[in-house]
Amino acid sequence: MTTATKKPTLAVWKFSSCDGCQLSLLDCEDELLAVAGAVQIAYFPEATSAELEGPYDISLVEGSVTTPHDIDRIHEIREQSGLLVTIGACATSGGIQALRNFADVKEWIPLVYASPEFITTLETSTPIADHVKVDLELRGCPISKEQLVETVLALLNGRPPRLPSTSVCFECKARGTTCVMVAGGTPCLGPVTQSGCGAICPAYNRGCYGCFGPMESPNVEALAQQWQALGVDDDGIVRALRTFNANAPAFREASNERA
Amino acid sequence: MNEPDGSTTREIRTDYLARVEGEGAMLVRVRDDKVEEVQFKIFEPPRFFEALLRGRQFTEAPDITARICGICPIAYIASASNAMEAVCGIELPEQVRLLRRLMYCGEWIESHVLHTAMLHAPDFLGYDGAVELARDRRDLVEMALRLKKAGNTIMDVVGGRAVHPVNLRVGGMYRAPTRAELAALVPELEWARDAAVEFTRWVATFDFPDYEQDYAFVALRQPGEYAIERGRIVSSTGLDIDVSEYEQHFTETHVERSNALHSTLAGVGNYLVGPLARYALSSAELSPLARDVAAEVGLGDVVRNPFRSIVVRAVETVYAADEALRIIAQYEPPEPSFVEAVPRAGTGHGCTEAPRGICWHRYEIDAAGTILVAKIVPPTSQNQKTIEEDLLGVVTQSLHLSDEELSHRCEQTIRNYDPCISCATHFLRFEIERS
Repeated sequence: MTTATKKPTLAVWKFSSCDGCQLSLLDCEDELLAVAGAVQIAYFPEATSAELEGPYDISLVEGSVTTPHDIDRIHEIREQSGLLVTIGACATSGGIQALRNFADVKEWIPLVYASPEFITTLETSTPIADHVKVDLELRGCPISKEQLVETVLALLNGRPPRLPSTSVCFECKARGTTCVMVAGGTPCLGPVTQSGCGAICPAYNRGCYGCFGPMESPNVEALAQQWQALGVDDDGIVRALRTFNANAPAFREASNERA
Repeated sequence: MNEPDGSTTREIRTDYLARVEGEGAMLVRVRDDKVEEVQFKIFEPPRFFEALLRGRQFTEAPDITARICGICPIAYIASASNAMEAVCGIELPEQVRLLRRLMYCGEWIESHVLHTAMLHAPDFLGYDGAVELARDRRDLVEMALRLKKAGNTIMDVVGGRAVHPVNLRVGGMYRAPTRAELAALVPELEWARDAAVEFTRWVATFDFPDYEQDYAFVALRQPGEYAIERGRIVSSTGLDIDVSEYEQHFTETHVERSNALHSTLAGVGNYLVGPLARYALSSAELSPLARDVAAEVGLGDVVRNPFRSIVVRAVETVYAADEALRIIAQYEPPEPSFVEAVPRAGTGHGCTEAPRGICWHRYEIDAAGTILVAKIVPPTSQNQKTIEEDLLGVVTQSLHLSDEELSHRCEQTIRNYDPCISCATHFLRFEIERS
């Protein structure tokens, strides 16, 4: 066996998505070649034509399950994978395409396609963890590059990655950003959203729009009341909860209560 | 293979085309040395953006449609914003418009370098990908990564992050960057401009298959600048229309093998959008440096060999770095950073030059700003028929190649278009059947 084949193997898989999270791996310009030196990239069709047979030590999975074929494929990938890490809002909650879960997708197909009979799709968009065991998930629409690099490094070194479970509010404080909701009256999902992005939106005078999904045990109802006090109606609150993580249980249940 | 009827068939398959964005496939069927059928298929599962936008607020369209494509989110943000601004009757103040254009320059650099250096160049050099190329030419790959990063840094600083930036809104920006924030970008962009010139000289030395097509080019044109975030839709066949007239001239049809829709131009048929089209229709508007580099590497006024699109992308990368520097040099932070968008009932159209070609949007909204109808025509679905024509032409003149070589040549032909299948809705499986 050559040294090269002893390196841990990494595979990158795509389901229904925009490709932005796997692009984040290629966007690690300063780390990419080092990572590529530490692992054997065994399957990553967006980046290379080279393809090695499984099993794979680490699989990164982007995208949500939206077709019958996806269900078969994710089970095959799970069987071939040592550690399976889901990356991004589509893989961890169903993504923006999970808005179909709140509607009747059969009514949607003819709105987009002239020949609906050519289209095969499930009525829901669901996260990977609804179908197979997931070892670790990276949130975000898109994921954070820093979290991705930290996770790959941690897995290569056999330690758990350092991933925060606090709300975006903590990152605003750390960044020294004045609260856009308290001081500026701007509706913000930061108090119920998991941190990890670096609290970007408030630093740009904008309320958080929840692209990292709900934090652990969020008090969405308390935040909704705060939004109401700021003049946002139920429809506005429902729309805010139903974006890129609409199908995440805490956001889904809170939006269903007001819909 | 010999068929029962005595004919011979030839079949080559590639089930998942690598180094493209999204999931696509291709089929080529050859019988008795005649190409019977060529298909470029898109299997990416549908995500129903045009349906899920119904009932959303008009201000949400930019962030939602950005999620069509993680490689060119600015194209969607800008086209959707333009359309909504048209409905609301907003004219962007010059500095606000230039910030949007600056973001777009960042996206062009990021997307073009990703495609040319990391996805397409390996085709010409016989590597599986950029990581494999780096084993022999680490210097080149490191240069490309640094160049790509320069584009992403614009998106990070001005937009908040490189993928799905957060700072753009209908009417402008949430926060205008300070002069100091932009000035800090200058040294690296100056390096990037020089590196892009070197990069153009390098890709121009590649061995290009001898193949030309008399394309109908379609692109935006804007007097006085190389059109990116605004302009009229023009063609090499004499079309010159406002973006709102698009549907009177272009039609989309849904074909069975694809989850994307094919576009045709009335009276012309299939057409080409993207770098070759922009260059053919607006090369005179490139910056002097970009024009000089184009001339130096022998591009001429029109490039009809699609394999040379990699050179045109490199020239556009020079331009994007040059243009970003020009915008930064004249920058005065706009105050306020956006025009408040007040909805009114109506229909708005927006069209901008995504790295792969024009990305066209139409929205109908009511007086409360609720989206009633959304229609989006991404660049790759417009190029799909032309990609098939190229495959037909390339395969016809390349039948002497072995199956492996022919398969590779066909994949390269598709990659000429930097197809963004996630945009087009989205899979690349490749099959050649020879009968």
